[in-house]
Amino acid sequence: MLVAVVTLACLGAIFGIVLGFAAKRFAVEVDPRVEELMKIMPGANCGACGMPGCAAFAEAITMDSVKPSACSPGGASLYEKIAAIMGTEISAYEERQVAQLLCQGDNTHTRMLYRYEGINDCHAALANFKGPKACNFGCVMQGSCSRVCQFGAIQMGVNGLPVVDYYRCTGCNKCVVECPLQLYKLVGVSHLVNVRCVNTEKGKDAKANCATACIKCKICEKNCPEDAVHVVATGDGTVALIDYEKCTNCGICAAKCPTKSIDKIMPLSEEVVLEVGETPAPGCTQCGVCPPL
Amino acid sequence: MQEYFIIIISAVLINNIVLSQFLGICPFLGVSKKLSASLGMGGAVSFVLVLAGALTWTVQTYILNPFKIGYLQTIAFILIIAALVQFVEMGMKKYSPPLYKALGIYLPLITTNCAVLGVAIINIQKEYTFGKVMVHSLSHAAGFTLALVLMSGIRERLEDADIPESMQGTPIALVVAALMSMAFLGFSGLI
Repeated sequence: MLVAVVTLACLGAIFGIVLGFAAKRFAVEVDPRVEELMKIMPGANCGACGMPGCAAFAEAITMDSVKPSACSPGGASLYEKIAAIMGTEISAYEERQVAQLLCQGDNTHTRMLYRYEGINDCHAALANFKGPKACNFGCVMQGSCSRVCQFGAIQMGVNGLPVVDYYRCTGCNKCVVECPLQLYKLVGVSHLVNVRCVNTEKGKDAKANCATACIKCKICEKNCPEDAVHVVATGDGTVALIDYEKCTNCGICAAKCPTKSIDKIMPLSEEVVLEVGETPAPGCTQCGVCPPL
Repeated sequence: MQEYFIIIISAVLINNIVLSQFLGICPFLGVSKKLSASLGMGGAVSFVLVLAGALTWTVQTYILNPFKIGYLQTIAFILIIAALVQFVEMGMKKYSPPLYKALGIYLPLITTNCAVLGVAIINIQKEYTFGKVMVHSLSHAAGFTLALVLMSGIRERLEDADIPESMQGTPIALVVAALMSMAFLGFSGLI
C-alpha cells in the first residue's frame, strides 16, 4: 500500500516538475498588441473579416495582413482604437466599402421591350435580346446578385430593383463579380453621392428608354463647386462620373440633375439601427452577418 | 525479422485498433468528415501513441514491476499519457507552430483517447521487448490513420450522395463504419 502511494506520488511529482520546467522553457512570446486588440474586438466571432474569429483577426492585424476595415461589426470607432494600439494613422486604413447599384431604372422608370418569364437568372435573361429592358445598360432585375450575397445584404425591392442594405454589406465583392452588366461598384461608406446610371448612349436615346438615365446634360458639371463631377468618355459614349477624392457630399449635383440619375443617400449612423419591434438575441452584437429571418 | 513482420500485418490489418478492437471510436466518427482533418488527427495520434508506448513500457518494466504494483497499471498509464500530451503540446507550440496549428485542436482530445491507453496495455500484456513495443505501437498508429483516412474518403463521397433524410449524418456514418469493420474481418485469415 505504502509503496503504491509513494510510487504514484513520485511519478506525479516528476511529471509535474517536468511539465513546470517545460512550460517555462517552451513559453511562446505572444505579441502584447494581440492581447490588447482582443480586448477591444466586438467578440462576435462572426467571420465577416474572412478570419476564423476575432483572435485570428487580431493576430492578422499585427502581421499587417488584413485591414481593420474588414471588421464590419466594429465600425469606425473600432478602427480608431486599432490605430491607437498599432500606432498608425487612421487614414492609413481604408474605410469600409459597400456595394452601390449603378442603376435606378426600376419598372416604373424604364420602358420594357417584352415580359421576361424565363429562368430566374440575370445571365439567362440577358441572353434574350439583351434583356427585357429597352435600355441595354440597366439592371435586368432577376436577382442573381441577391442570391450570391452571403450576408443577405441585397434584397429585391418592390419596384424590381435590388436594394443594398449598407449595414449588412461587407464589401465582399461577390455581387460585383456576379452582375453580368457590371452594375455594382464598391464605394466607401462615407461617399453619399453616386451617379446611378452607366448608360453611355446619346442623351436623347437614353431618355427615350428610361426616365432616370444620365442624359449627358452636364448640369452637374456646371454646378459642382468642387469640380468633382464630369461627363467623361467611357465605352462607346459618355456618362457622368464623380471623383470621390474631390466630392464633399454637398449633394448639389443630385438636386440639380434633371433626371435624378445622381442620387444622394442618407449617411449611415454609427450604430446599427434596429427596426421597430426587432430585439437582438442574447449575446447579439448586431454585426449584421446573420441571414434575415 | 519474421516476428516483426507479423506484428505489423497483425496490428495494421487484422487487429486494426479501430475496426477490430473498437478502440478510439470517438475520433474515428468525430474527425473523419474531411480528409485533411483525418490525416492531421492520424498524425497526432501516431506521434503520441509511439511516445506513450515507449514511456509506459519503461515505467512498467523499471518501476511498476520491481515494486510489484502492476495493478496500478491503468492509473499510472493515464497519468503518463496525460502528462506526455501536455508536454508534446507545449514543445510543438514552441518549435513547430505550423504543426501545432494543424494538430492543435486534436492534441487535447488524444489525452482521453482509449486507443493510446489500449495499445500501451496490449504492449505489456503481450510481454513485448522494447523494439517490438515500438514496432507494435507504430503499426497500430498506422492502422488508426488508415481507418480514419478510409472513413473520411468515404464520408467525403457520401456528402454528394442522395441519402434519405433520416439517414443523413451520423446514422449513415455508423452504417459505413459497420460495413468497414466487416470488410476488415476478411483479413483475419491472412496469417
